[in-house]
Amino acid sequence: MFSFILRRLGLLIPTFIGVTFVAFLFIRLLPGDPIIAMAGERGVTPQRYQELVQQFGFDKPMLLQYFDYLRGVLHGDLGTSITTKRPVLAEFRNLFPATLELSICAIILAVALGIPAGVIAAVKRGSWVDQALMGTALVGYSMPIFWWGLLLIIFFSGYLGWTPVSGRISLMYFFPPVTGFMLIDSVISGQKGAFLSAASHLILPSIVLATIPLAVIARQTRSAMLEVLGEDYVRTARSKGLAPFRVIGIHALRNALIPVVTTIGLQIGVLMAGAILTETIFSWPGVGKWMVDAVFKRDYPVVQGGLLLIAGIIMIVNLLVDVAYGFINPRVRK
Amino acid sequence: MTDATDIKLKQQSGLGEFWYYFTRSKGAVIGLFVFALVVLIAIFAPLISPHMPDVQNQSMILQPPAWMNGGNGAFLLGTDAVGRDILSRLIYGSRFSLFIGVVVVAIAVASGVIIGLIAGYVGGWLDAAIMRVMDVILAFPSLLLALVLVAILGPGLMNAMIAIALVDLPHFVRLTRAAVMTEKNKDYVVGSRVAGAGWARLMFITILPNCLAPLIVQATLAFSAAILDAAALGFLGMGAQPPTPEWGTMLAEAREFIQRAWWVVTFPGLAILITVLAINLMGDGLRDALDPKLKRS
Repeated sequence: MFSFILRRLGLLIPTFIGVTFVAFLFIRLLPGDPIIAMAGERGVTPQRYQELVQQFGFDKPMLLQYFDYLRGVLHGDLGTSITTKRPVLAEFRNLFPATLELSICAIILAVALGIPAGVIAAVKRGSWVDQALMGTALVGYSMPIFWWGLLLIIFFSGYLGWTPVSGRISLMYFFPPVTGFMLIDSVISGQKGAFLSAASHLILPSIVLATIPLAVIARQTRSAMLEVLGEDYVRTARSKGLAPFRVIGIHALRNALIPVVTTIGLQIGVLMAGAILTETIFSWPGVGKWMVDAVFKRDYPVVQGGLLLIAGIIMIVNLLVDVAYGFINPRVRK
Repeated sequence: MTDATDIKLKQQSGLGEFWYYFTRSKGAVIGLFVFALVVLIAIFAPLISPHMPDVQNQSMILQPPAWMNGGNGAFLLGTDAVGRDILSRLIYGSRFSLFIGVVVVAIAVASGVIIGLIAGYVGGWLDAAIMRVMDVILAFPSLLLALVLVAILGPGLMNAMIAIALVDLPHFVRLTRAAVMTEKNKDYVVGSRVAGAGWARLMFITILPNCLAPLIVQATLAFSAAILDAAALGFLGMGAQPPTPEWGTMLAEAREFIQRAWWVVTFPGLAILITVLAINLMGDGLRDALDPKLKRS
């Protein structure tokens, strides 16, 4: 197992170097002078121009610039935002809990609904229940989630007035962040109604962000269950006279879940891509919206740093999924 | 399956067999029908569209659909904030969506297959280098990478398509490489090599046709994903630019009216959903028809 983890880590190093290279190249690939491009309509004084040339090291040879950049990254220096003048890493740390909270809620929703839906569809294979569930899953999988979010806002926020349209909590409440997770912080603050306000703000964005992972998990669970239900040990369990619930819930599902766990882990990329759209629609102050805003404001150090951090998180989660998969299924360790 | 069907199947050509399995899935047939309809709408857009997509009618701003109170029969699905007919814009928009799908898949398949063939056939350090580059592309969320690439290249439909194709590339490279690696040591390839076939012939004529099944399925999925991603970029203001009647761009323009004119938001999204759903239904049918493992289940 140890050598398996080492091998996986070994594969990660060239990818990490590649990712840093892409992030490094990003600013240098901008058409024309990168500093003029970053300044955009704001313009830049000759003095500030020189400062920025030195800050980015554009006056040095390319390879040296890359090594300087890499050294900075390894020391946690991801540059400074042009608009806020704050370190990119500090901004990311402030905003990431919002994205994480939303992603966790979304994945809980996707797993809680997706796995039972997949199991029921597999057990009732070919029936109208199966067709309805898998039809719904395919609609979810094909959903333009930015439109789905707008529809939910029209109906639940506009027509019924049940949920707020944007933000993380009502402006009536204010408390300093402790964990960064609004649900937890609102409880800690002890302010009456704060938790309900935070929860009501989370509902629609979570549904929107969960839509595609939910569909993927339901489809994957169904096909994994179908494969397992045909196995000899399931037949044996059935012929022993075990209750159908035990056969499906314990014998079949436990084995079918192995590939599903991998699928759930791989949804992190889908969640981060979805966060870009979901956070934009709901004005959710997380890293997705931060990145989109940075692209529009031409705050390229933020785009560069954010790109690297998000890719880094995805790589680490994928590694953990791989290792977890190695634990559950010893055959892949070879 | 009965013996009679078995015998009938054996007599059919490969295409016939494929069609038999494809049409066994009702969803796939519905998907194919809807997709064909969208293609026809795109081709005959100037003939069937009641208005020109970019003609503004200042006296008809935000007209509701014809069946609603205050609706106007001349604008079946209503008008947008500058009085343009939504139905006509949707009809013309189908051209953009299909065009995006075709261009993205063409770029991604052509380059992905060539790179994958080289990686799988040549092997060694070149293979390792290519695969690490693909890993790097896969390490980024697709939409984020596409967004950043468009930021570099500049907003616009063509740049959005190039960015999406690049993001899709690793899937085709990986699939082709894996298929080539299974095929390249099989007897028919070795035989062909012994008979004196050159590397280009071996790669493109001997091996490639035998790796096509998974590529076709992936291309279908990439087609629908490209439409979704391009619409998402359009929605974020980084894809096709107004006044292009691209469905995602239409949604972006409609956002500020969601509280008072639901139709400007609802119909473009519905058009995206129906088209993407139809293609995905076809993709599921294609996978079932082309995957021999599933055929027996």
